Amino acid sequence: MSVVAVSDFASWRDEARALLAANQPPHEITFIDATAPQKQSLFVGSAVRIVNAPTTPRSTPRVPKDFLTLAEKVSCHRDEIRFELLYRALWRLTHGEPKLLEIETDDDVRRLYLMEKAVRRDAHKMKAFVRFRRVEQEGEEYFIAWHRPDHHTVKPTAPFFTRRFPSMRWSILTPDLCAHWDLEELTFTPGVTSDQAPQGDLLEDMWKTYYRAIFNPARIKLKAMVKEMPKRHWKTLPETRIIDDLLDEAPARVEEMVRRQTGLATSAADFIPADHDYESLRQAAMSCRGCPLYQDATQTIFGEGPINAKIMLVGEQPGDKEDLEGKPFVGPAGQILDQALSEAGIDRSQIYVTNTVKHFKFTKSSKIRQHSKPNVHEMTACKPWVQAEIALVKPEVMVCLGATASQTLIGRDFKITKQRGEFIATEYCDQTIATYHPSAILRMPTQEAREETMAALIQDLRKVVSVL
Amino acid sequence: MKTVQEKLAILADAAKYDASCASSGAKGTREGSKLGSTEGMGICHSYTPDGRCISLLKILLTNYCIYDCRYCVNRVSSDTPRARFTVDEVIQLTIQFYQRNYIEGLFLSSGIIQNTDYTMEQLNQVARRLRQEQHFGGYIHLKTIPGASEDLIAEAGRWADRLSVNIELPTAPDLVQLAPEKKREVIVETMETVKHRIDEVQSEKRAGFKPQRFAPAGQSTQMIVGATPTPDAEILKVASTLYSDQRLRRVYYSAYSPIPHADARLPAKSPPLVREHRLYQADWLMRFYGFKADEIVTADNQNLDLEIDPKLAWALKNRQLFPVDVNRAPRELLLRIPGVGTRSVERIIKIRRYHGLTVDDMKKIGLSWKKASPFVVTSDFNPSVKLLDSLLLKEKIQPKHRQLLLFDAKQSAETGEV
Repeated sequence: MSVVAVSDFASWRDEARALLAANQPPHEITFIDATAPQKQSLFVGSAVRIVNAPTTPRSTPRVPKDFLTLAEKVSCHRDEIRFELLYRALWRLTHGEPKLLEIETDDDVRRLYLMEKAVRRDAHKMKAFVRFRRVEQEGEEYFIAWHRPDHHTVKPTAPFFTRRFPSMRWSILTPDLCAHWDLEELTFTPGVTSDQAPQGDLLEDMWKTYYRAIFNPARIKLKAMVKEMPKRHWKTLPETRIIDDLLDEAPARVEEMVRRQTGLATSAADFIPADHDYESLRQAAMSCRGCPLYQDATQTIFGEGPINAKIMLVGEQPGDKEDLEGKPFVGPAGQILDQALSEAGIDRSQIYVTNTVKHFKFTKSSKIRQHSKPNVHEMTACKPWVQAEIALVKPEVMVCLGATASQTLIGRDFKITKQRGEFIATEYCDQTIATYHPSAILRMPTQEAREETMAALIQDLRKVVSVL
Repeated sequence: MKTVQEKLAILADAAKYDASCASSGAKGTREGSKLGSTEGMGICHSYTPDGRCISLLKILLTNYCIYDCRYCVNRVSSDTPRARFTVDEVIQLTIQFYQRNYIEGLFLSSGIIQNTDYTMEQLNQVARRLRQEQHFGGYIHLKTIPGASEDLIAEAGRWADRLSVNIELPTAPDLVQLAPEKKREVIVETMETVKHRIDEVQSEKRAGFKPQRFAPAGQSTQMIVGATPTPDAEILKVASTLYSDQRLRRVYYSAYSPIPHADARLPAKSPPLVREHRLYQADWLMRFYGFKADEIVTADNQNLDLEIDPKLAWALKNRQLFPVDVNRAPRELLLRIPGVGTRSVERIIKIRRYHGLTVDDMKKIGLSWKKASPFVVTSDFNPSVKLLDSLLLKEKIQPKHRQLLLFDAKQSAETGEV
């Protein structure tokens, strides 16, 4: 019976070669793990040596390359039986079972592969779970981590960190072995205890903030988390300290999510009638409750004009006068529009005129009702009406007056100041053009600006005439 | 003015509905990198209690957005708190997190501000400066904004390892309904631009040139499931087209999850996590097991069975093909046995060259024998033909699941845990 002490792959390989050459069958050898100190003490006093030391090896044993890769990995496993298992597999490979490794259901092979898998996983977890803490020593920046590997994976995994962090001075401290990188050389020192490692890093607060924010409390899958991030590693992972809090808060956060909805549950779509002829649409729109604007407005102002019109004009929303009279563009802005249309040579009675939002939105200040811009909820809620009107009229040219109409019908990123006066094909009309809203002219601060804007509006309307 | 930490809370929260966090597929670290490496395999540095991994720093540059997609927490009409990182802040955070080994790299997306090109340019700027000024060699995944100009996409691919354009919802009508400002054609067009670039680089490489990098880890996409009534059949059909036509690396399915400040028009309910899980299983069957979408879901059965996995469901519907003799059957057929994965199939093929597989062998291979046994013949085992024909087979295979189902379903509906 021989007793052989080996500590790693290299020493096992040397011993195994010699033993194989000496034709020593596996059952006559006990391998002891030199890295497991308490076990070694069992043999204190008894000479650890190889009996029947090899004479000159007859020939180098031929084994598949895969076996050496496997053996290298398995040697890192912490189970002290690994060297014995490896030697037995080596013996069988060289004694009539050259294809042994392919038979994964063989007990020895299966065990070796399971050990290899455990080592691979542990090395992977080291790459994942090492957490550096930044410290300054004599003006130099150092990154130091404390990690607890399951197997002897520090040595084979350390080069990964030199490839990843070549420009950082770092140390990975573990109970077995410590790895250090000084920007030039990778060195190893014996293992240390956890109190040798720095106890914190200011950035960990930021990391926890990220961890909390990226967690979705509406999906709890604890088993999946623990399977991939085993609890034994939690001690060295700062973010795990807030897991309990996250779970405690989760139900309340979800409840809050469900409770705090924004926007409108209804829209005009709920009020669109079955018949899409003009009269049915207009009648149905009169009793629309798709958004809350109906509550304060006098009435719905639906579009007007011949339904075979070639030109369709879409404004923003009715104003004070429109709201009272029940017709679109009859107030001050309407007068400007009429003037511009006639200068461009367009007969208003031949075109269809409507608005993006069909109710007047306003704020009350003293006696006057002050126009107030519709918000996204109201614009979206009202959109089905203007869509139905477009589908009915099928205009050859559609003119969007102002930002609200343009952004609703052309695109949210549409800018009147940059893109007005150009024909654009939209899903509603192949010749869609946007221009200033007549009320913009009313709001201009100087007479000069008013005239300029008016001229631009007329110019754009002439373009409309020119393409018909 | 918000602090970086406050911004991080808002902009990571806003980014979490994007399921992808993969950091795999990048080939070899970029030359001249001083910090960071990509060696092909992705690494998950942490896991959150929702079971998802943290591999990348996943944030938005800003959650201001001009669009109004109903399912999205960042839509213009939401009252969610807003923030915007500066380019420098994102770079600093990425470097600092990376140095501590918290992350594999950056996954940067953004709400649409001003217009698509402006937004894309901002994302590119972060990536460009990380690569050129910081010599960052870690993983970068950039969200590609649909409709961004070709030049900007070309630049994005130069700095990023992976690009993704979100398809958002399974069908064009879904998009019209929930994201009226996004157009399916524009999304697909952008995907095609990315695909053409990737193809170009590959053909140049084959011709022996050394072309500039372009998204070496390919492109992926995500679709939200359960926000519209679209059945699984449609979803899988779309996915399968994306895999074949756009050659995407991954299609991510994200169960529609209630969001803070949710649009009142969408259902406020637990995300359909079981369905999401089944879709991923079906996706795997299409990619690695040779299944076609129309084998997994059929015209008269448009949704995946939530109780059993799609492979078992398929086998139960095609019992005439079983039992399969594991010692003789070709690979394609072995891949179709319930409970047997691709690795087990390779093991079976290897081992049977040396001896006939027995039940004992099958159990050691690491497959689910309980699930597989009614469907296979080994050298010492023949399943009961009666059992295979039995209508109760489904229950026999998963008796435990069956018994617990009443409670399971209720609990999983409440907790969302599968």
